[in-house]
Amino acid sequence: MTTAVMIRPRGRTALKGLAFAAPAILLLLAIYIVPMLVLAGFSVTDYQLGALNWEFVGLKNFTDAFADPVFLRALANTALYAVIVIPSGVFLALGVALLVHGRKRSRAFWETAYFLPVTATLVAMATVWQFLLHPSLGPVNAAITWLGFEPVSFLGNPALLIPTMALIGVWQVLGFNMVLFLAGLTAIPQDLHEAARMDGAKHPMDRFLTVTWPMLGPTTMFVVVTTSISAFKVFETVAVLTKGRSGSETLLYSLYLEGFEYSNTGYAAALTLIFLGIVLVLSIGQTLRMERKVHY
Amino acid sequence: MRRFIPHIVLALGAGVMLLPFYWMVLTSIRAPAEIFDISLWPIPKEFTGVENYTQAATTVPMARFMLNGVIVCAGILIVQVLTAVPAAYALAKLRFPGRRLLMIAVIAALCVPMQALALPLFVGLAKAGLLNTYFAQMAPFFLSVFAIFLFHQSFRSYPDEIIEAARMDGFSEMEICWGLVLRGSLPSLAAFAVFSVVAHWNDLYWPMIVVNDTALAPPPLGMLFFSDVETGANYGALMAGAAMITAPMVVCFLLARRSFIAGITMTGVK
Repeated sequence: MTTAVMIRPRGRTALKGLAFAAPAILLLLAIYIVPMLVLAGFSVTDYQLGALNWEFVGLKNFTDAFADPVFLRALANTALYAVIVIPSGVFLALGVALLVHGRKRSRAFWETAYFLPVTATLVAMATVWQFLLHPSLGPVNAAITWLGFEPVSFLGNPALLIPTMALIGVWQVLGFNMVLFLAGLTAIPQDLHEAARMDGAKHPMDRFLTVTWPMLGPTTMFVVVTTSISAFKVFETVAVLTKGRSGSETLLYSLYLEGFEYSNTGYAAALTLIFLGIVLVLSIGQTLRMERKVHY
Repeated sequence: MRRFIPHIVLALGAGVMLLPFYWMVLTSIRAPAEIFDISLWPIPKEFTGVENYTQAATTVPMARFMLNGVIVCAGILIVQVLTAVPAAYALAKLRFPGRRLLMIAVIAALCVPMQALALPLFVGLAKAGLLNTYFAQMAPFFLSVFAIFLFHQSFRSYPDEIIEAARMDGFSEMEICWGLVLRGSLPSLAAFAVFSVVAHWNDLYWPMIVVNDTALAPPPLGMLFFSDVETGANYGALMAGAAMITAPMVVCFLLARRSFIAGITMTGVK
């Protein structure tokens, strides 16, 4: 009797639980699981969208990718972009956060000013940057010539394309990282600074190295991870500023061209898996940390 | 003097951060002839703002882009909330078979960027003849695993006693989920709404793949069409277009600064 009473409501919540989760489960299948399987399937074929027949080619797409000068260039470009954006985006943001953190009344103002680029539509702002950096019409080059230097052809010289886009990338990500660092700084107890001062850390730099920097460890780690993931996803600035000309394609842009412009579905699937592999390696630590917070 | 050093450094940095916005607005109200006069003086010799904005709004259907953006963002957000809230409630408060598996799947899916799924989803939509529709623009985002994760974290702290008492009082599970538990998590809902709308208003990658019809383009894709049409011809109109497309998010941000920052950086807080 008692067991029957116990079982009945349990069975009911089990059904209700499934019913509540059902839409999400179906969408998870339709948007994530099935497409992932299809993607893996594509990657070992020579399928081209619209073609009537296709063949199994094994790992040929992957070996082709690592022999394809365009893809290798895209990979190198993306790495260069990341190498510029990650350290500058993280350390400049930390510097700004340290300065903003000390302000009392003006803090909201600085926060707003530095965060504004994060909310702005990057496609539109990249168009504005194109104009700002224009060799003869833009104020940036006007300032450079005024200082007595030769004007810089930011978007004309092929060697400068990726660094210029990285500059815009830093401009965009700075405010985002600043806010994360501010949250981290606010979480550091004030007593620790006092204690460090008592122990002889008189100079602010000493207190930064003994207290702030170690306490910010997890925040810094997180900021580095999110910045690197977004660096490897750079796309908008390329689409607006260069469209991949003069060898300036990035990982995601070359993937876009192969998959959606040239319809090389099989080859693009292999490129997608390489891209996904990079993103997963970058985010794995973060996810494990997130998982530990969840109690099943 | 030392007191002012941080302010000076911050002001110089902020000048660089805000220069594009200033230049955009300034150029958008200047006459084409003044383009060659590179000065940052805020008052144009001749105010041609009206002409520039009119030209931007008539060369391409700017109002249509905005409307498309609103439709797509609203559609995505509504379905995301409708599917994620019950799933998160089930994960947080109901026992059912496969619950643990679903949680693992949600966390695994959190690592998968949209760009990795674009190719098979595009092929599927192409085969179904659904390219160039609002549905194609919204469909991949109908499920937000991030929303499930976020609401799950927030719902978990809702007291079980209240849920039990509500069940005793004859509330249905639906009423408890939407009327009680979600009401206790309104800040999470607001933060998620900001996160979702900003992300999809500004997204270029997916619309560029599934839309080539100007009438269906959301603002970023519309901007790309516009800058391709307007290459170097009229910077005033181009900047007016950029200003119009950037304005909605920037204005909302300035009005609701706190919840915007919380919403966009939410991924970092968790």
